[in-house]
Amino acid sequence: MTSQNKTMHAQLTKKYADATIGPDWSIIESTAMTLMRNAAISIPVDFKDGIRDATKTERNPLSLFVLEQISENYTTAETDGRPMCGDTGLPRWYVKIGEHCPMGAGFVRLERTLRRATAEATRKIPLRPNRVHPLTRKDHDNNVGIFAPEIDYSFEPDVDWMEITTVHKGGLFGSDYRMLFPADGIDGIKRFFLDTFVEFGRRGMACQPAVVGLGIGGCKDTTMRIAKEAACLRTVGDRHPDPQVAELEEEIKSLGNRIGMGPMGFVGNSAVIDAHIEVAYAHTGGMPVAMHTFCFASRRATARINANGSVEFRSDPKWFTEHHRREGF
Amino acid sequence: MTTSPIDIDHLAMKRVDLTCPVDPAELRKLQLGDMVYLTGTIFTGREGLYKRWLDDGIEPPVPLHEISNANFHCSPAAARREDGQYDVKAVTGTASFRFGKWFNRFFERSGVKVIIGKAGLSSEDYRRLFVPHGAVYLTTVGYGLGATYGHAIRHIPAVHWLEELGIAQAMWVLEVSSMGPFIVECDAQGNSLFELSNERINAGLKDVYGDLPQPVLRRFGEVIDRQQEVI
Ligand code: SF4
Repeated sequence: MTSQNKTMHAQLTKKYADATIGPDWSIIESTAMTLMRNAAISIPVDFKDGIRDATKTERNPLSLFVLEQISENYTTAETDGRPMCGDTGLPRWYVKIGEHCPMGAGFVRLERTLRRATAEATRKIPLRPNRVHPLTRKDHDNNVGIFAPEIDYSFEPDVDWMEITTVHKGGLFGSDYRMLFPADGIDGIKRFFLDTFVEFGRRGMACQPAVVGLGIGGCKDTTMRIAKEAACLRTVGDRHPDPQVAELEEEIKSLGNRIGMGPMGFVGNSAVIDAHIEVAYAHTGGMPVAMHTFCFASRRATARINANGSVEFRSDPKWFTEHHRREGF
Repeated sequence: MTTSPIDIDHLAMKRVDLTCPVDPAELRKLQLGDMVYLTGTIFTGREGLYKRWLDDGIEPPVPLHEISNANFHCSPAAARREDGQYDVKAVTGTASFRFGKWFNRFFERSGVKVIIGKAGLSSEDYRRLFVPHGAVYLTTVGYGLGATYGHAIRHIPAVHWLEELGIAQAMWVLEVSSMGPFIVECDAQGNSLFELSNERINAGLKDVYGDLPQPVLRRFGEVIDRQQEVI
C-alpha cells in the first residue's frame, strides 16, 4: 500500500467507524444467533394456536392423535431446548433495512455476519447440516455454501431500525409452479392448488397441517419468491389488504380442508392451517402461479435492532408492509 | 390377494411397547394404526449405507445383526461435542420409498425386521419386499416430531462410517427408551394404512374438484389423474 493509500484507508476506516453509532456488529451477531435458536426450537405462537384450533375441529381419531402429538412435540422442544424437527430445514435470512438505519460497516459486513451466524448456530444448537453441493454432494457441515444461506432484502422508508428474520423451511415436497393464462381464471388457480396439495399431501409428504402460500403473477422467479414469502412470512389469521385476494385466501383454506385429508394424509379435515396469497404484476398474456407449503415445523423468528442498539424479539416478521407491497413509486 | 377387512374408522390404536431386538412373533400381532414405542438399540441408515454395503460390497464395521433388527430412516441433527462425544438432539424420519431397490437384499443380509421412516411404500412393495422377510413398517408421527424422538435417546454407543458418509448418512447407533409413538403403517400381511386412507380420500375428490376445468396449457409430466400417487 502506498503511503497516500494508507492515509485514505485510515480516513475511510475512521469515517465508517464513526458512522456505526447504530447497530453495532456484535449486536447483530448475537441477535442472529438468538434468532437461529428461537426459530429452530420455539414454534411461533400464531402457528401453535392454529394447530390447537385444528385439534378442536378434527373428528378423525388418528388425525386427532397426530395433532395432539404435534402440540406435545412443540412443548418438548421448548422444555428441553432441542430443535422441534430433526430436519432443521434450509436456514435463510430476510433483512428489512430502514431508510435512516446507520449501516456503518455496510452490507458486505452484514452478509458475512449472517453467514457466520448460520455456521455457528449449526454447530452450537446443533442444526442438521443440510446444505450440500448439488452435484458433488460436498457438505461443509455448516449450512453455508454457494448462494447459501439466501439473504433477501427489503427497505422501509422513514425509519432508522433494521429487522432481521430467519426462516428455516423444510420439505422437499409441496412446492410447484404452473403457467396459467387469463382464461384459466380463479378456477385455474384453485385447480392448481388442489392438484398440488392433494398430490403432496398424500402420506403426509408435505408434513401438513401446513400454511399454504400462493404467488400469483410476476415472472417465474418472482412468482415462486412471493409464494414462499406468503407461506413463511405472514402469520396465521392475517388477511391480504386487497379484499379480492383476502376472499381467495379464505376459499383456498376451506377448499383444502374439504379434501377430506388430515395430517399425514390420513382421513381428516385439518390439512391447511391457513392460506396466504401474494400478487405481483404479470405479463399481459399470462397468469403464472406458484405454491409453497410451510410444514408444521413452521420456523421463523424476527428481531428489530434499533438505532440505539436495543433489540426486540418477536415471531411476526411484519415483512409485508405497505411499502413492500406498493403499487406506485 | 386378500380383501382387506380393516376398518380405518375403527382402528384400535393400541399402545404397544417393544424391546429391541424385536421378537418377530410380536410383530405378527401388530395391527394397522397401533402406536409402537421402542426400547433398546436401533440404528439409522439410508441410501448411503445401502449403496456402500450392498452395491459397493464394503462390509459395515460391525455386522448389522449384532447391532439391532430395527433400522430408522433418518438423519439426525447431530454435532460433535468438545469432549469428542456426540449430541443428537432431534431425529425425524426421511422418505423411505426412495430406498425400495435395496430392501430385498438388505432384509436378507441384515436380518432387520422393523423399518421406521416417513411416508412408507405401496402395499404392492410391502407384499413383494417386506412380507417374505417378516418385516413391518412403522411411520414416524407427523414426521416432524424431532424433539419427542430426540428426547428418548439415552446414549449413542457408536457412529459408523461417519467419515465416509457424513453426519446425515452415517450409521448412528442409538440406545433409546420408549422412543415413539410410531404408527404401524404396514402390518405382517403387507397392508398399508396410507393406501387405505388414500382410497377413502379419492372417493371424495370428484366432489371437491366439482367442475374446475383442466388448465388451458397441459404439459408433459403434469398429473391429470387425481387418484395417482407420486411415490
Ligand atoms: S417437512 Fe417440516 S416437519 Fe416435515 S420433516 Fe421436513 S422440516 Fe420436519
